[in-house]
Formats: sequence, structure tokens, C-alpha cells
Amino acid sequence: MFGWFTLVLVVVIALWLYAIRRSPTATSEARAGQVQKRWIIWGGLVLPITSMAVILALGIPAGHRMLPLPLEEGQALRINVTAHQWWWEVHYPESDITLKDELHIPAGVPLDLHLTSADVIHSFWVPRLGGKLDMLPGRTNVLRLHADEPGTYRGQCAEFCGTQHAHMKFTVIAHSPEDYQTWLRQEASDE
Amino acid sequence: MSNLPEQANRERQEELEHVWGNLPGWGALAAVNHTSVGFRFMVTGMAFFLIGGVLAMLIRTQLALPEQEIIGAALYNQIFTMHGTVMMFLFAIPVLEGVAMYLVPKMIGTRDLVFPRLSALGYYCYLFGGVIILSSLVLEVAPDAGWFMYTPLSSNTYSPGPGSDFWLLGITFVEISAISAGVELVVSILRTRANGMSLNKMPIFCWYILAMALMIVFGFPPLILGSILLELERAAGFVFFETAGGGDPLLWQHLFWLFGHPEVYIIFLPAAGIVSTLIPVFARHPLVGYRWIVLGIITMGFISFGLWVHHMFTVGIPQMAQAFFSVASMLVAIPTAIQIFAWLATLWQGKVVYHLPMLWIIGFLVVFVCGGLTGVMLALVPFNWQVHDTHFVVAHMHYVLVGGMLFPLIAGFYYWLPHVSGRMPSDKLGRWGFWLFFGGFNVTFLLMHLTGLLGMPRRIYTYEAGLGWDWLNLVSSIGGFIMAIGVAVIIVDIVLHFRFGRRAEQNPWGADTLEWAIPMPVNAYNFSSLPDITTRHPMWENPELVESIAAGEHGLAEVQNVRRDIYGSDAVTGKIREVVHLPTNSWLPLLTAAVLAVVCISLLVKVYLVALAAAVVALALVLRWGWDNGAHPRAAPVRDDDPVDPPLHSRTCDGPGLWGMVVSLMANGTLYVSLLFGWFYLWTAAPQWSTPEEGRVALFPMVTSGVLLSLAVMIYRSAVAGLRKGQADNLALRLWGSAALGLAHWCVLVWVLLASGLRPTELAHDAVLTVALYYLLLHSGLAVVFTILQALRVKLGFVGAKLPYEPVVIQPFWVYTLGVFWLSFAVFLLLPMAWGV
Repeated sequence: MFGWFTLVLVVVIALWLYAIRRSPTATSEARAGQVQKRWIIWGGLVLPITSMAVILALGIPAGHRMLPLPLEEGQALRINVTAHQWWWEVHYPESDITLKDELHIPAGVPLDLHLTSADVIHSFWVPRLGGKLDMLPGRTNVLRLHADEPGTYRGQCAEFCGTQHAHMKFTVIAHSPEDYQTWLRQEASDE
Repeated sequence: MSNLPEQANRERQEELEHVWGNLPGWGALAAVNHTSVGFRFMVTGMAFFLIGGVLAMLIRTQLALPEQEIIGAALYNQIFTMHGTVMMFLFAIPVLEGVAMYLVPKMIGTRDLVFPRLSALGYYCYLFGGVIILSSLVLEVAPDAGWFMYTPLSSNTYSPGPGSDFWLLGITFVEISAISAGVELVVSILRTRANGMSLNKMPIFCWYILAMALMIVFGFPPLILGSILLELERAAGFVFFETAGGGDPLLWQHLFWLFGHPEVYIIFLPAAGIVSTLIPVFARHPLVGYRWIVLGIITMGFISFGLWVHHMFTVGIPQMAQAFFSVASMLVAIPTAIQIFAWLATLWQGKVVYHLPMLWIIGFLVVFVCGGLTGVMLALVPFNWQVHDTHFVVAHMHYVLVGGMLFPLIAGFYYWLPHVSGRMPSDKLGRWGFWLFFGGFNVTFLLMHLTGLLGMPRRIYTYEAGLGWDWLNLVSSIGGFIMAIGVAVIIVDIVLHFRFGRRAEQNPWGADTLEWAIPMPVNAYNFSSLPDITTRHPMWENPELVESIAAGEHGLAEVQNVRRDIYGSDAVTGKIREVVHLPTNSWLPLLTAAVLAVVCISLLVKVYLVALAAAVVALALVLRWGWDNGAHPRAAPVRDDDPVDPPLHSRTCDGPGLWGMVVSLMANGTLYVSLLFGWFYLWTAAPQWSTPEEGRVALFPMVTSGVLLSLAVMIYRSAVAGLRKGQADNLALRLWGSAALGLAHWCVLVWVLLASGLRPTELAHDAVLTVALYYLLLHSGLAVVFTILQALRVKLGFVGAKLPYEPVVIQPFWVYTLGVFWLSFAVFLLLPMAWGV
């Protein structure tokens, strides 16, 4: 996408500069009309329409994979996240664990994050794991997330939410499935 | 040539100057002339631009290095909110309105805009509103919820200070100027073009402005409604955006972006109009694909109203809607691409002469195309989820707005400078300014795309070191300061040119449009006689117009009865239909705006009685100003030597006033439809919407009130139908009757409201209903007042069988009021009953 658009940008600019430098040869009116129409039809209609078709063809399936559609087998792990000014409340309904500003997840497993807010609008975002989704008071949005590799990921509120918006951060720790179970047991016994 | 005619011609021009000129000294504040007002809009806009620019410098200073605390979080939030607000509402839109107001009458070959006092009112509302908004920054209580004021962050609970009030009230005040400019430009372009300038001979710039003005008319009302509702929620506790009482914070986002997206095109279209005007001039070749471009402009206008949701892809809306708005957003690329390639083809065919404005046009192309392409990327939903609310969007937005608006604007400034000053800009200093600005801009914002892709959200006042954002931000800040130096150079250049610029010859760039037929520097009346137009390129095909216009060889060369006269013409063919007499200098616009400022300030400090009193005074002033119209001695009293063919507009039934009324009602209707949208939206989508058990508005009195209103309108219509046939039998009586019935309707409606027991502070349902009732009361109340004044004017002889103009203008207002009443009755009362809720 970036490559193609960069090419379009460079070519359009180059054409303009060339058109400015070029000294036109005398042509008949009819011929000139043809040339003009060709520019408008190829550049103004064909170019944008084909570009759009291509990026939609590639983009729509990519978007589809990010939706919380029912899985073929089993259910995605559910975690509830409630945003507050300016911290994150993370709750695991199955094991009734509650965390603050920290999200422990198993890697390689699809997750459904149920997002809502206790006050103003926030937005849940872990840049390296996927897109962002807003958290609205009175509503719950579901975000499908998937960490391929165990590791630590940085998350941050993406919707301006007041004075300390810049410091509303959290950490996602993706464990291998075994480590995750260990972590779960540990947390449960701590409660 | 003998000496005498020349002498006579000079005296004729002096008389024109005397009639059309501003009052001397402080009297200039009473100016209504479009040249003065347009120029003031531009200068004031540039002053706000500099203030917005200083705020931007503060932002870049704070973000230059990680973990800085130069500006605290609280102040930073005020600064970025105000930067966006000032640039959008106090700079971009008003400055372009100013350009349009200055240029449009000159391009269509007339002497002024059609509602001159409205121009002046708009300007003062803009000036006072802008000063009120900025004063919040000085008082350190500036709005700090972001320039799109998302609720609930901007609501009472989370923004208890007056910051949000400053924004809501101040912006609404400023928007009076946008709406009035919109109405005025639409009517002027459609109804006052030079004789023979049919729509297809109109300069392309005017097409762009026509589209922009119509978009203002339809685009601003949703925001005005949203602001009113949010202010009612903040000040009176009405429920609209709070989930608890059945409101929904998302309603604000819908209303805001219903305005916010068309707004981008409201800003882009006039700027593109400048590009389409300049390129053919410098290519020495007519614009290629005029029809294609007109089609593109219209398509763009329509599509831009269908893609507001693309600002909301991450709020969790249904997938189908996302797909629809994603495709719609991409479609905008087509009319844009048509324009880009039509410009390219023009350059291709033409022999380009290279001057300073062309440099800015090329800068526009590079920056804008880049911004447009990232825009198409953003329309792709999955990509949007990733970069939404990051610095990538900040970069995109600046590429589109600075590229699509500021570059063409500066090109336009340089191009039309000789018109204002009679002097040429300096090429050398201008080039320095351009390269500093262009270089600085790209250094700042090109890298910002990367900063966003690396995960830096927007609107954070600081960030930790070591995330890979450090050097990017530092370089962006340096670029920002280079850009600021560029702005300084440009300003120095423009200021110096007034003193040292080389004298410009007539039509210095070899342009094709009519504004260059005016002597430079510009005079008060534009054209000393009004020419017929037979071509799209009058100055290329009839360059002798310069002399013949000055010699008074065309229409309306002689001043009649010390009046400001212009031609009114047919909307499509441009054939002359009437002589429109315009009002002269007036203090009323300034006074009205000042009183409206009192309304605004007393609402801010919550002294509601003063606000109400001031609002009444403002209405009285507006009515006072309407009093001096038509056959009033201060306007155009009936005389034996009144022109007959064409007649004076105030003696006709279809003058510009009627057009102005209809266009205003289109804006008003959009406001009402936005309210209906809010009603249906909350009803279907608010998470906790609830309807009271039993209807609170008594149906029978409501119907009675509606019947009274219907009778009032019927009588009024019969009076107007008579006038159209030239009969005025019992005119005063019918007007009084209509007013009396209207008043009875109004009283019943007040009783309905008082007896209804609506609880707007508890239920969103009741809150919407209350606002709807206020709306109806306001309209029928105004209709009654207008009609009483008309009845008085009949008695004074300003309205009658030969003077049917004013009752005809007011008729659509009555009809609109009636339509809105029954529609409200159906939608707010009957529909819920039919639904069984």
C-alpha cells in the first residue's frame, strides 16, 4: 500500500513538473480535446477506482480477521477491561481475578476483551498486538486480540481523556500457555 | 476627445465613490461594503492564524524532548484544544469567507454582496466571538477537552470549569458569521451576476464558492444544534449525552462529525477554487474540463455529507456501516483526482509562465496529494484501527489542511495583492518564504507519520524516553520552528510590499476574470458601469472592457437618488431582472453584534436575566434594521421616476430577499432535521433510553394550537396570493387577523408546555421534547412579530399593492413554521403512540 501510493505521489508530481516545463507543440483543437479527455478519464477515474478496488480487496479480509466472530472450535478467553480516569481495571470473570494496569494473557490463543468505561471515553490500544477500540460509558465493545509470541507489550489509552491522558498506560504480559496456567494458579491462591 | 466628457466622467465616478464609500474616520466601523468587510475578515483571520501558530510552537516546544514539564499537562491540554479551535474556527473558515466575500462580487461583475449589513454583522460576530474565546486562554480557563469536545469529558461532571462553555457559546457566536456568509454568498452568486453571465459562463471560482456556501448552509447547523444541546446539558442539566437518563455520548460525536467532515471540504473547496483560477492564468490556457470540474465539485459536496462516520471507526459501530463509510470515504478520491488531472492537463496544454504564486501551487500539489493518499489509507478500516488517534492522523490532517488550504491561500494572497495595493510582491523574499515554509512543513509532518506508526498517540503532553519517538519529535519540533520563520518572512514580504512594491500595471498577471477590469488599487464601487458578459474569459476576449467600464459605457453608470444600485439577474441565464437597491453604511450591525456579545458573556457568567434582556434588545435591533427596507424613506421611497424596466427589486415578488429567506430556512431546516436525527438516534441506540409511561403532552390542546396556526397561515397565504395579483384589499386586516390567530396558537402552545410536566433534567425523552417545543414557540412567535410589523408597514404605505415584496419574503417562514409544527406533532407525539411505547 505504501509502495503503490508513494509511486502515485512521485509520478503525479513528476508529471506536473514536466507539464510545466514542457513547451506545447501546436496541435489541432480536436486533438487537444482528445488529449485533455484522456488525462481526466485515466487519471481522474481509472486510477483512483482501480487503486481503491485493490486496497479494498486486500483490506476487507484483513479486517475480517480482526472481528470477534465466533471461533470454529471452543470459545475465546474472555477478559473484562474497565477504563477509569486514569487507570485500567482488568477482571477475569472465569477465575475472578482483578488486576490494575496489567494484563496477563496466554500467547497463541484468541482473546475477547470486553471493554467499557466508568467515566469518560477512553480507547484500548496495544500497538504491537492490533487495532484500538474505544471504551464508552454505558456500552461494551468487544476486541479480538491475539498475541503470537510470549513477551511484554506496551499499551496506552488512545482517546484523549483528560489531564493525565499521557500517563494512562498499561502492560500486557503474554505467557506461554503453560506459564499462563501457572500464573493463574498463583494469582488464585493469592486472592 | 474634448475635455468636457472626461470631466463629467470624473464627476460621475466621484459621485459613485461618495455613495459607495465608507464613512470617514471612526465611521469606517459602520462600513458594510464587501471590499472592506472581506478585507477585515482576512486580516483578522491572519491575526488569529498567528495566535494559533504561537500555540503550535508551544506544543512543539513541550514535545521536543521526552519527559519534559515545561508546560504542565493541564495547560498543555488547553493549548492543543485552542490550537485546533483557533485554526479551524477562527482562521481557516473565516479567512476563506473573507476571500470569497472580497472576490465574488468582483468576479461576477457587480458592486457588492446582496445583503451588505449581514456581511458586517457576520464580521463583528466573528471578531467578538473570537476575542471571547481567546480571552479564556488569558484567564487560564480555556477549554481543554480537545477541539471536538467529546462528551462526557466536556460535560459538567468531568469539565466543571467554564472552559467548555467558552467553547460552546463562543463557537456558536462565531458561527453566526459562517451561516450569514453562506446565505449571502449563495444568493449573491445566483441572483446578482452580470447581465448575460449564465451559469456556464461563471468563473470556476464562483462554482467552488457556491458549493462551499451551500455546504456551510447544510453543514454548520448540526454543530450549532449539538452546541446548544450540550450547553443546555451543562447549564440547565437537560439530559442528552449522559447515559444515565437515556442520553448517549455518541450522539455528540455524530452531530459533531456531521458538521466536521463537510467542514474539511468547506475549507478545501475555496482553496481548490483558487488553484483552478490561478493555473489557467499562468498556463495561458483556459481551464481544461470546466464541466468535469463543476461535476467534481458537486459530487464532492454530496459525498462529503455521507462519510462523517469515518472519524468514528473505533467506537464500535456495526460492520456494515463501517464498510459503507469506508467505501464512501474512498470515493471522494475520484472528484479530487479529476481536479488534479484537469489541472495537469491545463498545464500540459498551456505555455506556463512562472511567477511566485505558481511556486505555492506546486507546493500545494506535493503536500495535498500526499495528504490525500494517506487519507485513502485511513479510509481502510483495519488500517484506521491501528493509526486512529495517533500522530499519523495528526500528520495526515496537517498535510490535507495546510496543503489543501494554506498553500493555495498564500498563492491567492500573492496573486491578488496587486489588486488590493496596486503593487507587485517581491519575488526574492517571497521565494525565501516559500522554501522555508515548505521545507519546515515537511520536516515537521512527514516524519510525524512514522511517529504515529511507531505508536505515539495524539494529545499526550509528554512521553517516555526510549520508545523510538525521541529523535522524531525533536526533528519535528525543529521543522516547526523553520516553518515559523517562513511565516515571518512571508509576513515581512507582504507588509514591505505595500511600501516598496513595484507599481502594478492593469491586469498584471494577464488574467481572464473580471476582477482585473477594476482600477487598482481597488475602489469602493468596483465597476463604474456594469458590463454585459458574453464569454467565460471576459478579460482575454474583451480586454477593452477596462476602458469602457471606466468610461461608463455600460449599465447603471449614473447614481440614482443617492442609492447603491446593482443588477439582479436570473439564476440560470444571468439575464437582468431587476435593479437591486442596497442599504448604505449602518451602525446597526456593529450594535447588534455588540449586544449579542453581551448575550454570550452573560450566558458564560450565568446571569440569565441579562442574557434574556440582551437577546430581546438584539432582536429589536434586527427588526429595526429590517425597518429601513423597501419603500421606507431611507431606502427607496416610491417616486415618479422609479425605473420600470427593469423595476426596483422592492417592487417585485421574487427578489433576492425571498431567496435569502429560503436559503436561511434550508439552514434552519437542517438544524431541525438534526434534532429529529437526535431523537431517532437516542430512541434506537441509547443504551438506557426510556419513555415515560404516559404521554405528557396533552394531545387535544396541541391539536387546537395546530389548527389555529394552520388558520393563521391560510389567511396569510391568501393575503400574499392577492398581492401577487396586484390586489391589496383588506391587506392590513388580513395581516392583523393572521397575527392574532398566530398569537392565540402561541399562547395555547405555551400552556401546553407549562402544563406538560416534562422533566428534561431526568429523561432524555423529555429533554428532546422540551427543545422541540421551544423551537416551535420561537418560530411562531417570530412569525407573529414579523406579521404585526408588516401590518404597520401597510398602514405607513411601505407595503401595498405596488409594493408586495416584504409579505412575500415572510410567507415561507410561516409555511415552514406550520410544516415543522405538524411534523413535530407526528414524529414526537403520534409516532411513539403508534409504536406503543
